[in-house]
Amino acid sequence: MASLRFHIRFPEDKIKEPIIYQIGHEYNVVTNVRRADVRETTGWMDLELSGDVAEIERAIAGLREKGVIVDPIELNVVE
Amino acid sequence: MNKMKALVCRECGKEYPTKAIHVCEMCFGPLEVKYNYDEIKKVVSRKAIEQGPHSMWRYLDLLPVEGTNFVGPHAGFTPLVRAKNLGAYLGVEELYIKNDTVNHPTLSFKDRVVAVALTRARELGFETVACASTGNLANSVAAHAASANLRCYVFIPGDLEAAKVLGNLIYKPHVVEVEGNYDDVNRLCSEIAGEHGWAFVNINIRPYYAEGSKTLAFETVEQLGWRTPDQVVVPMASGSLLTKIWKGLNEMKHVGLIDEVRTKINGAQAEGCSPIATAFKAGRDFFKPVKPKTIAKSLAIGNPADGYYALKATAESKGAMESVTDDEVVEGIQLLAQTEGIFAETAGGVTIGVLKKLVKQGVIGKKDVTVAYITGNGLKTQEAVIDAVGRPTRIQPSLLAFEKTFQLRRTNGGTP
Ligand SMILES: Cc1ncc(COP(=O)(O)O)c(C=O)c1O
Ligand SMILES: [Zn+2]
Repeated sequence: MASLRFHIRFPEDKIKEPIIYQIGHEYNVVTNVRRADVRETTGWMDLELSGDVAEIERAIAGLREKGVIVDPIELNVVE
Repeated sequence: MNKMKALVCRECGKEYPTKAIHVCEMCFGPLEVKYNYDEIKKVVSRKAIEQGPHSMWRYLDLLPVEGTNFVGPHAGFTPLVRAKNLGAYLGVEELYIKNDTVNHPTLSFKDRVVAVALTRARELGFETVACASTGNLANSVAAHAASANLRCYVFIPGDLEAAKVLGNLIYKPHVVEVEGNYDDVNRLCSEIAGEHGWAFVNINIRPYYAEGSKTLAFETVEQLGWRTPDQVVVPMASGSLLTKIWKGLNEMKHVGLIDEVRTKINGAQAEGCSPIATAFKAGRDFFKPVKPKTIAKSLAIGNPADGYYALKATAESKGAMESVTDDEVVEGIQLLAQTEGIFAETAGGVTIGVLKKLVKQGVIGKKDVTVAYITGNGLKTQEAVIDAVGRPTRIQPSLLAFEKTFQLRRTNGGTP
């Protein structure tokens, strides 16, 4: 079991889709949103994914396939 | 005196002990150091600072470490150069260059933040330090770790230039080259930081690390004779440096070292990676991440951790932000070198380019006491200017050939 934290962003055309719900169903991970700002043309969430590390990796790949941009909670750490 | 009160969440205000943590468990917001200003106020004074060491550690009372067993005891207290030539050229009567191209030991302002980070890391009992970096940060961490006998891991992307890799290898840390694109490297490093009990300077030690940048504000004020400048120009990558210069100025007022802060904080980026400046100019309170494409690689952070806070600091101070093209970066490097004899890296070119632009726009006035922060050394980014500097004048080895080439008449030696 692991819990990893991510900052995710939605492209404008994906803002209305229930992506977090879908991810929770398609993969064996628990989703937990801690902070979010969703506006008409832009949206982000700070999100925790808990589960098997391999399953979290698959969920991230799944998010990316849906057009969501996934970064670590710290954003860019390579300075 | 216990000067550090807690780590506090910048978003929800929840407090945490002063350990190696950086994210709020409640809201996932970033943590920063909260001080006991009332206690600090009792001991801090201009006189005590002036009698302190000739390094940034003269501001120890406002830095987040407990003891005096410093890693990087010589960092900071770099020259504040009165830039008369550049000022005359640009039309600013009182212009200064804060010259961190000569910071000790690795010639960039990163020596300040890394000195604080590793001093704190050692206090917290860490024996291994790490960072993920493409340049200045890695150099500084590797050099400081070598001198402090700390085990060191430096993570770099797989496509880095040979000279930059060598700049790390020479100190013999573990240099780990990660395959994959930037986002992969970035995410891996964040996960490694989460899984291993190391001091990752800009991840789990970040609340302490970032505070080191305040010393650029402290030194500027002291070197100006305890005056705050009217305008400063600050290069931005993650936006941390700009945020902390603003914090540092306000702290000085808070503890009674100065009476008021009137400084406008101006942010500088390269056009090819300007998420923060672009948001500011569009009047937005949030930025859109970008894929960097600029020669100013030390500022090429597309999704900056402190971008939001930099926007806030600049707005609060009534400052401005601007960006410049890569050509203007090269011109900026040349202009600074040719007027003041200071060879800056590309980040310095960005700062000078933006300074020039802001003066032209009238944002920085002729009478404004202005400080430009030059944060890295040109010897590290020579490839950026190699096509712009021309070639030496070639002559035959004879006095006549020399005089002819330069159209000189003989003066019988000696007197000028
Ligand atoms: C030379 C130089 N100047 C300025 C900066 C900007 O610092 P920050 O990330 O705090 O905005 C960096 C950061 O990498 C740098 O290397
Ligand atoms: Zn919080």
